[in-house]
Amino acid sequence: MPNVVYLDNNATTAVAPEVLEAMLPYLRESYGNPSSIHTFGGLVMNRISEAREALARLLGAHPSEIIFTSCGTESDSTAILSALATLPDRRHVVTTRVEHPAVRTLCRHLHDTQGLRLTEVGVDHQGRLDMDQYRAAVDDETAVASVMWANNETGVIFPVEECAAIARDHGALFHTDAVQAVGKVPINLANSAIDFLSLSGHKLHAPKGVGALFVRRGTRFSPFLLGGHQESNRRAGTEAVPNLVALGRAADLVLANLDKENTAVAALRDRLERELLARCPDAKVNGDSAHRLPNTTNISFEFIEGEAILLLLDQHGICASSGSACTTGSLEPSHVLRAMGVPFTAAHGSIRFSFSIYNTAADVDKVIEVLPGIVRRLREISPFGRK
Amino acid sequence: MWDYSEKVKDHFLHPRNVGEIENPDAVAEVGNITCGDALKLTLRIDKATQRILDARFQTFGCASAIASSSAVTEMIKGMTLDQAAKLSNDDIADFLQGLPEAKMHCSVMGMEALEKAIAAYRHETLAVAEGTVVCRCFGVTDQLIEKVIREHGLTTIEQVTHYCKAGGGCGGCHKEIQKIIDHVNAKPATGKAVAASPAAQKRPLTNLERVKRIEEVVEREIRPWLRNDGGDIEIIDIDRAKVTVALRGTCSNCRVSQFTLKSVVEQKLRELVDETIHVEQVA
Repeated sequence: MPNVVYLDNNATTAVAPEVLEAMLPYLRESYGNPSSIHTFGGLVMNRISEAREALARLLGAHPSEIIFTSCGTESDSTAILSALATLPDRRHVVTTRVEHPAVRTLCRHLHDTQGLRLTEVGVDHQGRLDMDQYRAAVDDETAVASVMWANNETGVIFPVEECAAIARDHGALFHTDAVQAVGKVPINLANSAIDFLSLSGHKLHAPKGVGALFVRRGTRFSPFLLGGHQESNRRAGTEAVPNLVALGRAADLVLANLDKENTAVAALRDRLERELLARCPDAKVNGDSAHRLPNTTNISFEFIEGEAILLLLDQHGICASSGSACTTGSLEPSHVLRAMGVPFTAAHGSIRFSFSIYNTAADVDKVIEVLPGIVRRLREISPFGRK
Repeated sequence: MWDYSEKVKDHFLHPRNVGEIENPDAVAEVGNITCGDALKLTLRIDKATQRILDARFQTFGCASAIASSSAVTEMIKGMTLDQAAKLSNDDIADFLQGLPEAKMHCSVMGMEALEKAIAAYRHETLAVAEGTVVCRCFGVTDQLIEKVIREHGLTTIEQVTHYCKAGGGCGGCHKEIQKIIDHVNAKPATGKAVAASPAAQKRPLTNLERVKRIEEVVEREIRPWLRNDGGDIEIIDIDRAKVTVALRGTCSNCRVSQFTLKSVVEQKLRELVDETIHVEQVA
């Protein structure tokens, strides 16, 4: 598709050209199985080790603490189920009301089917975690607390180190879904109380179908997939070699681009937000602007509906997403915005723009040029918000 | 992305008859901003011929809601009221070369607005508007649910949600919807037997009984429903039939909390405890 303005990088990202180059040989000539005894396969294992080292550098971890998985969801399930399996006497899970379905649905399923006690900690109107409620929730029966590092819809960043320390004080394990945070904020797990961290390749310019789980050394672990001895007996299944190599290369790239992400990308985001708020009446930002990812903004346009906005943006090749009910096929708007107490009227018209280092000033110009007109046009059709 | 037909895209991108007729002969408003879609339909009607001369709409909603509204206005212009009254939501969907099933409620909204406008013009009362509200999240009555089940041969709660949104919110009404489905399809009811409501008992409640029952109903029926949306409720005082409550969390600043209070809390308490109860809210 020519002339696409892609501002939906929290949904997925473009595979970086360097990443594609790095993985191609393992789809072509170097197709060996890393578990094989022959050199042809064995050489491939070295590339996996290098990818593991790259990820460890990105996270401030030791390579032995990295397990490759197939996606962020697998990492989340592995961590939470492992915590419950290794602490069988503890039957309580703490998470948040704004978690991604990868964590939220699993926890609710465990609650519904296995009678685990589940506490979902709330957020305030700015999407900030209610730390008093969190502190009160974690107790000596808690097996694992799972708190996302940054929210996918608003970009709001949570104090996960503090949460991890509180969990540790109670002898509970701590997991963070850092799928949106890795590559956008500095992460150093060397002296942290975080036991598990999930990440996903396709959010950081690697392809879809690969993820990783950090498991702190010394943490008791119970594997999710059983079978062969791959990943030091912690995740069975033949390694998706091209994907693992790609994730390693992507890890190096996002580490190198971390400053750019927090300066240039943040500047693009800030300009878009500023200009849209100046040009569109009855619009406001959802989430705590002071503590959020550098690439994300979530703006509510009152009196109009998100799907209609997105489809009109799509006419101009602009890709974004919405917390509106209609875009998902459900009838209720985003659980994140509802947990924040954003009125339904504003949630229905919420649009998320999420940037990457591949976005340009021209992308921002294009949205500023067309979106105010779209908002006006839909408000002319709408029965609400008239003077 | 939804798989919309070319006709839906056309009516969304180039909606016909947007606006409002001044001093209309008939007007209808359905849906509301909280529910995610709403339609205001205004008609100009020739009294002598009973023909619709002009139709305009204003819609808040997704692409298929806007397209369905535009389609309705195009379809009915030039029709007599009797002809227009026969339009079904399937006619609207067909005019648009079909709608995704999850979006059928958009065509139902168009049909509802048309029915309501015609009824208003004829000073009639609509059966569907009468009924009892079953789905409180979207304000859908048992009459409308029954109508879509009959007209479309629906057999599951999910289908009912697609056609009229009922059951698409908190899910608290799923049992009731299932009962209506079973009733319409003349299957034996599968749900558990419903305990006789205390309100049906003839002996008046003692104060102590009333207090206990109110607490029980709030705990069992109302609080879980509010918590589902991040809200909560606190009973401040019970003085005979007057119950003073405070809404907490999300509910405390929700624009529809007055609606919540009256339609849900009071209705539940009247239904399950005592018909004379009235609810007051304090901050």
